[in-house]
Amino acid sequence: MTELTSAPVAAERRRVQVRGVVQGVGFRPFVFALARDLELAGWVTNTAEGVLAEVEGGPGAVAAFCRRVAADAPPLAVVEGVEHQVLPAAGGTGFTIRASRGGGAARTLVSPDTATCRDCLAELTDPQDRRHRHPFITCTHCGPRFTIVTGLPYDRANTTMSRFPMCGRCAAEYADPADRRFHAQPVACHDCGPVLRLLVRAVSGISGVSGVEERPEPLAEARRMLGAGRILAVKGLGGYHLACDAGNTAAVAELRRRKARGRKPFALMVRDLAVVEPLVHLGDAERELLTGNRRPIVLLRRRAQGGDQVCAEVAPGSPDLGVMLPYTPLHHLLLGLPGDPPGPSALVMTSGNLSGEPIVTDDREALERLGELADAWLTHDRAIHVPCDDSVLRVVAGEVLPVRRSRGYAPLPLTLPVAVDPVLATGGDLKNAFCLAAGRQAWLSAHIGDMDDLATQSAFERAEAQLEAITGTVPQVLATDRHPGYRSTGWARRNAGGRPVRTVQHHHAHIAAVLAENGADGSRPVLGVAFDGTGFGEDGAVWGGELLLADYDGFRRLAHLAYVPLPGGDATVHLPYRMALAHLHAARLPWDPALPCTTACPDTERAVLARQLERGLNCVPTSSMGRLFDAAASLAGVCHRAEYEAQAAIELEAAAASWAGPLGERWSFAVHPGGDGPDRIDAAPVLAALAAGLRAGTPPALLAARFHDAVAMTVRQICGRAREEHAVDTVALSGGVFANAVLATACLDGLRADGFTVLRHRLVPPNDGGLALGQAVVAARHRSS
Amino acid sequence: MGHGGGGTLSSELVEHVFAPAFGSPELSGFPDSAVLRLGGARLAFSTDSFVVRPLFFPGGSIGDLAVNGTVNDLAMSGAVPAFLSCAFLLEEGVELETVARVAEAIGAAARAAGVRVATGDTKVVESGHGDGVYVNTAGIGLVPDGVDIRPDRAVPGDVVIVSGPIGLHGVAVMSVREGLEFGVRIESDCAPLGGLVAAMLAVTPDLHVLRDPTRGGVAAALNEIAASSSVGVLLQERALPVPPEVANACALLGLDPLYVANEGKLVAFVPREHADAVLAAMLAHPLGAGARIIGECVDAHPGMVVARTAFGATRVVDRPLGEQLPRIC
Ligand SMILES: [Fe+3]
Ligand SMILES: [Mg+2]
Ligand SMILES: [Zn+2]
Ligand SMILES: [Zn+2]
Repeated sequence: MTELTSAPVAAERRRVQVRGVVQGVGFRPFVFALARDLELAGWVTNTAEGVLAEVEGGPGAVAAFCRRVAADAPPLAVVEGVEHQVLPAAGGTGFTIRASRGGGAARTLVSPDTATCRDCLAELTDPQDRRHRHPFITCTHCGPRFTIVTGLPYDRANTTMSRFPMCGRCAAEYADPADRRFHAQPVACHDCGPVLRLLVRAVSGISGVSGVEERPEPLAEARRMLGAGRILAVKGLGGYHLACDAGNTAAVAELRRRKARGRKPFALMVRDLAVVEPLVHLGDAERELLTGNRRPIVLLRRRAQGGDQVCAEVAPGSPDLGVMLPYTPLHHLLLGLPGDPPGPSALVMTSGNLSGEPIVTDDREALERLGELADAWLTHDRAIHVPCDDSVLRVVAGEVLPVRRSRGYAPLPLTLPVAVDPVLATGGDLKNAFCLAAGRQAWLSAHIGDMDDLATQSAFERAEAQLEAITGTVPQVLATDRHPGYRSTGWARRNAGGRPVRTVQHHHAHIAAVLAENGADGSRPVLGVAFDGTGFGEDGAVWGGELLLADYDGFRRLAHLAYVPLPGGDATVHLPYRMALAHLHAARLPWDPALPCTTACPDTERAVLARQLERGLNCVPTSSMGRLFDAAASLAGVCHRAEYEAQAAIELEAAAASWAGPLGERWSFAVHPGGDGPDRIDAAPVLAALAAGLRAGTPPALLAARFHDAVAMTVRQICGRAREEHAVDTVALSGGVFANAVLATACLDGLRADGFTVLRHRLVPPNDGGLALGQAVVAARHRSS
Repeated sequence: MGHGGGGTLSSELVEHVFAPAFGSPELSGFPDSAVLRLGGARLAFSTDSFVVRPLFFPGGSIGDLAVNGTVNDLAMSGAVPAFLSCAFLLEEGVELETVARVAEAIGAAARAAGVRVATGDTKVVESGHGDGVYVNTAGIGLVPDGVDIRPDRAVPGDVVIVSGPIGLHGVAVMSVREGLEFGVRIESDCAPLGGLVAAMLAVTPDLHVLRDPTRGGVAAALNEIAASSSVGVLLQERALPVPPEVANACALLGLDPLYVANEGKLVAFVPREHADAVLAAMLAHPLGAGARIIGECVDAHPGMVVARTAFGATRVVDRPLGEQLPRIC
């Protein structure tokens, strides 16, 4: 043995594996910078598992690295786990970024698409910058992700940018760890990036045979056309939009006509918040949502009047405006940069699709399918690999309530409170979103659409295959709704391939969804209030006004709205006056000709309807709360025909919200004890009071306010009774009816005042867009024996 | 139980109960009529029971249905209907005059259809055990040489033709049974289709599929054909001949005319090259005067029926369930 001298502290080497959303978000440059900062040697690379690094240096520095790699991660990263393992020291100096390694099970997570960041926006508007006005400017902090990924690991070769070889300057930025564009996969510039084109419909000859012709200066010409009232198909991140000047009544009316849209409100994209400030009420939470990097459509309560940049035709009769801010460089350019010639500052931006079909993403399809809808196409050659509609959110009682969870959110996983077997839950049939889950992670898909439609079913299949691929999840179990006619259920049965198909009752799934997103482990049951339009019940009736004692394993129906006939099924959903008359019939109240719901129903139809109700012809019994709102809206004279989903309920809510005075009187439902069965909540006294109030000339707004109050009071009453009987003091609210802010707020406030813990939706929609999450947990949860 | 609805439930009975119990190869696919080789001839053979309420309705009666239902089932295999059997199940106490009216109707319908009632039976059940009059008929007919019409012969490219306006029978019967006043008189389309089929076969023996869209309507018929032939069916919603009075009645009741029964219509799957000539022959026949091309057979979505809407979207037309349950949430 030789004499021991002052040897340096032995170097330590560790292999560090980081899982989560760590690709395409500037993670490797961050690791690179961190390693250099800590004077560590080694390397970092992307793998299908996430990001893998080996670091070598002083033990303190190595430990600090392992800590800070999670704690200091870049803004778009979501670190789900860091594992490290000690290796023998290998020596060496310097730190490198190595080429990605493919293969292996994909476990890494893809980032959602993200709005243009402040730095990119500054370059976009800077005449000195080489990407001045480049419609595809992006960096590691922003731009397309989910919609351009064709495979993993997240590298340019596995995106739809693979066909754009980088120019020398872009390649240099891409390779420079100190640059904001280091390994930003969609990086490009005027010299090497995608090219914007404007194709204008050209009508030639007397036969009106049309083709398209390309115009120079696509952006300037597109803005000019929008200013002139034309309708443009604009290729965005997750699909085509149809756009027109929101201030031009004729243009908006024409778009409405071409899309056969009825009175359904259009969403707006506005240049900045100043455009909408005079039009809507904007709270801090709304501002934050609008200006954040996800850029959803935010539903904003309108002011009584104001502003001529948005015409009435955009959202006739609607209490809300759906507003978003630009989220791609192209949108910013379209709405105009400082110094640009004047143009519209607010655009209608509606999904480019045929009524009922999924959003169009393919360029050729856009020309074909939107051929009758658009005057011109502002398009480019960067392909959209998967569709992703705009998300829609609103703020209810100070917190976010998703109405549609899609762009900016998908495919970020939700963390489950309990572990599940690998499962595919196919969701509901309308507003379909499906859910893949395994272990403690659940990936809710982007908005798919209505499954009546063949193109939607194909979109479902493609999105399902893609989500399996990018999450590396191979479902062993399928979960679906119990409705025998759901296409989503039929799909599961056809594609089960021997795997078990477990059906979950609709409202049980709603309650399980709100439990799961609130982190409930299911060890104690809750009182689940599930209010929606339609869900197939255990007894073959159409449920929708339910109080369930529920956990993940099962439920007991404690109370429900008393059954009334739903005459003619889906047909009546579009005609609230029919529902009002059906409710009056069930309550044995006369069809008083002085009531607006009676006069709204044509004579012949009324005679047939009376007979239909008497004979029970094509009448399904329903306990739907959504249909009760329809009935109340028609009884109050607010809405008799629904041209879009939930229109009557939305307008009734708006009427209630507009009532600022005292209620005067309060109404209440009768609750009939059910003995061994569930209690029945009888709307007859409320309907009678509504009809009496109307005859007495009470303003509809006050009637609407009293109706909302009565529903909320009943929720408190039935929950109070159930607490006494079952010693449960947590209430979970779910179902599409809870998108109603007036009702949701009254229930939340009231139940909390009564001492309940209240679970509500913040991450997934209360409507059927969140159903799949609940199905997945109910069907595939690991049950502790 | 909803097994009479003409949809999934009744086909489940066939598949899981009847076919395995009977074990005859002719039953596979459970065609409305069987084509059998007997003594060198090809014989079509069919039976049907009639339980319609009320017994008499605008445009017909249970007697007309009993003849035309069976005659049409024979005609859908291309056969020339020849002989019928006729069995009555009478409830004790039923008016003799009622039975006589039904019998008259059967005689008249048989003459109109060019068939003879060759055998029969009468049973009387206790009062309360029947519903006045039930009738069962069976029929036989000869299938001409070179004719091979089966539900599994549709191929992509075939043109789908319907012989006239749809939904009349179902709405007519329902309106009298339920006492519904739609403001216009709607009559059943009940009619024998042997002559129309003969006129079509005169154009070409190569008709692929014929079907009378009775219970479950056009939707049920097309779904069965799509499934049997493993082809997709693409309909043009705009081309569907739905009379305004049927559309109006269906809208009021929340029904889809595609699912409403017909008793004097057929859907035909015809090779594209013969489609125009077959359509012309149909239009020239009194029972095909309202014939229309409503769609085509496609490679895509095998087993599924899809309707392209006026707006260009594609709605899936499912096979009917026992009843139409709402799906809107
Ligand atoms: Fe629901
Ligand atoms: Mg038959
Ligand atoms: Zn950026
Ligand atoms: Zn470049």
